[in-house]
Amino acid sequence: MESLEQNILKTKKRLLQMHFESGVGHIGGNLSCLDSLMVLYHRVLKKDDLFVLSKGHSAGSLYSVLWSLGRLTDEDLKLFHKEHTKLSGHPSPNWIQEITFATGSLGHGLPLAAGLALAKKLKKDSGRVFCLTSDGEWQEGSNWEALIFAVHRQLDSLTLMIDSNGLQGFGTTQEVASLNSLKEKFLSFGMPVEEIDGHDLKALEKTWGKKTRGPRAVIAHTEKGRGVSFMKNKMEWHYLPMNESQYRQALVDLDKEP
Amino acid sequence: MRNIFCDTLVKYAASPDFVFLTGDLGYNALEPLQKAAGDRFINAGIAEQNMVSVAAGLAHQGLKPWAYSIAPFIYARPLEQVRNDVCLHDLPVKLVGNGGGYAYGVMGGSHHAIEDYGILLSLLNMRVFVPAFGLDIPPMVEKLLHLTHPAYFRLGRDEKPKDLDIPGYAPWRKILTGQGPTILVAGPLAGGLLGAFKEIPDAKRPNTWVLTELPFETKTIPDEFLRDIAKSGHLAVVEEHVAHGGVGEMLGRVLLLTGKNPKRFSHFCAQGYLTGYYGSQNFHRKECGLTAENILKELE
Repeated sequence: MESLEQNILKTKKRLLQMHFESGVGHIGGNLSCLDSLMVLYHRVLKKDDLFVLSKGHSAGSLYSVLWSLGRLTDEDLKLFHKEHTKLSGHPSPNWIQEITFATGSLGHGLPLAAGLALAKKLKKDSGRVFCLTSDGEWQEGSNWEALIFAVHRQLDSLTLMIDSNGLQGFGTTQEVASLNSLKEKFLSFGMPVEEIDGHDLKALEKTWGKKTRGPRAVIAHTEKGRGVSFMKNKMEWHYLPMNESQYRQALVDLDKEP
Repeated sequence: MRNIFCDTLVKYAASPDFVFLTGDLGYNALEPLQKAAGDRFINAGIAEQNMVSVAAGLAHQGLKPWAYSIAPFIYARPLEQVRNDVCLHDLPVKLVGNGGGYAYGVMGGSHHAIEDYGILLSLLNMRVFVPAFGLDIPPMVEKLLHLTHPAYFRLGRDEKPKDLDIPGYAPWRKILTGQGPTILVAGPLAGGLLGAFKEIPDAKRPNTWVLTELPFETKTIPDEFLRDIAKSGHLAVVEEHVAHGGVGEMLGRVLLLTGKNPKRFSHFCAQGYLTGYYGSQNFHRKECGLTAENILKELE
């Protein structure tokens, strides 16, 4: 039987294949959050749970995870970022249950997830709500509005996941508009925070699986371009598509991953 | 209108899918609703972007949320949230803007809503409801409760003349008949104009129509309205909204498409702050020529 590690490796390769075949960038931030999403989808999420991808530019990782679950096919992935596709560069709305919301403009996912969590609370529905943001995305004011709301309303079912890879569109988060320390800021808003290694599968499973009273934030420290030597923590891989030799090298690198 | 709106919603507050969100506004008006709705009355604080996205999340889970604020704070501040989270997903979120047009008067430009439905109707799936009279509110709320799309409800002041009978609710209503031009008025501005027009002798009295739902297409325009235009040859549109994206433009487009355009067309609309001075709603209406006296003079 295939292990989770094997499944993740296979899915990362499928992600790279999809981006290579479609000539699409945003690979670095997809690789930084893929471990988190694979653990979440394969080990944690249950029927009544909901997930919102706030960092919509990591749509590729969500599509790949849904492929690993059999919810999307190779035929679907072939159309990624092409004409007449549902798999647009940022998620599109109203076509597959797992994509709760079309995102892409940053700072929307957490307020939406807060609405989902509030609905569960009002309706006394079971299930949890997970929302993945980037770290740079916390420069958006709407996130802080949602944070105040989620804490004030004690939205128990809400888990805020931060893919903290430290790089954003035009520099490091530290250089562009420092959020240091995000943990202290969350705590000062009354939001409990955990920090984990976002590539430690056991820690991810334990953390995403944990049920808490009240909302919580988890800062997952990650590497942009994780697993690919020439992408690792390089800002340009926020944007660049791979050429063929880079793609081949990336596949070799992934096989070398511990 | 706000009190009638509140009283109407109170009747539906016990419904299991009812949720009302306010951006910390509604003091001395919405308390009965707060009491009736209990934990389904959510003061979301002064954070309209979050409030609109939260409403989208609630609607995604099958609830029917209303999100309320002073008009510009519900469509201008959170415009991207309305666009992406509500409209793109075609979710039944009802945005309620209190104080359409210049209703907030001398409170200033930040509180005016003179481009609201033009902006909102450019968004996918959006419907706009502009009640003209207080008595329009209950049937419109009923309609909104059954609407499965996003909507904006623009509240104003009830200006209906006491001695004027208004026919039962319909999106297009002919209130006055006469041999004068055909006038289409959007929203509560109609009240004062009708009060003045009804005193005019039949030979010159405008055929006065009131419009309360947007957008409209050729098939939703009453035949009688088109006949009135053809007969009078002169159409005037009056609205407390800027020309761009307003009813005048919308109607002009539809009439051009149908080839039923009138010989003469006049448009009376909001024009911002022509002198740079601020005052009551009536001050701004007067400055923009949105008075019965000016309209009648211009239509001569």
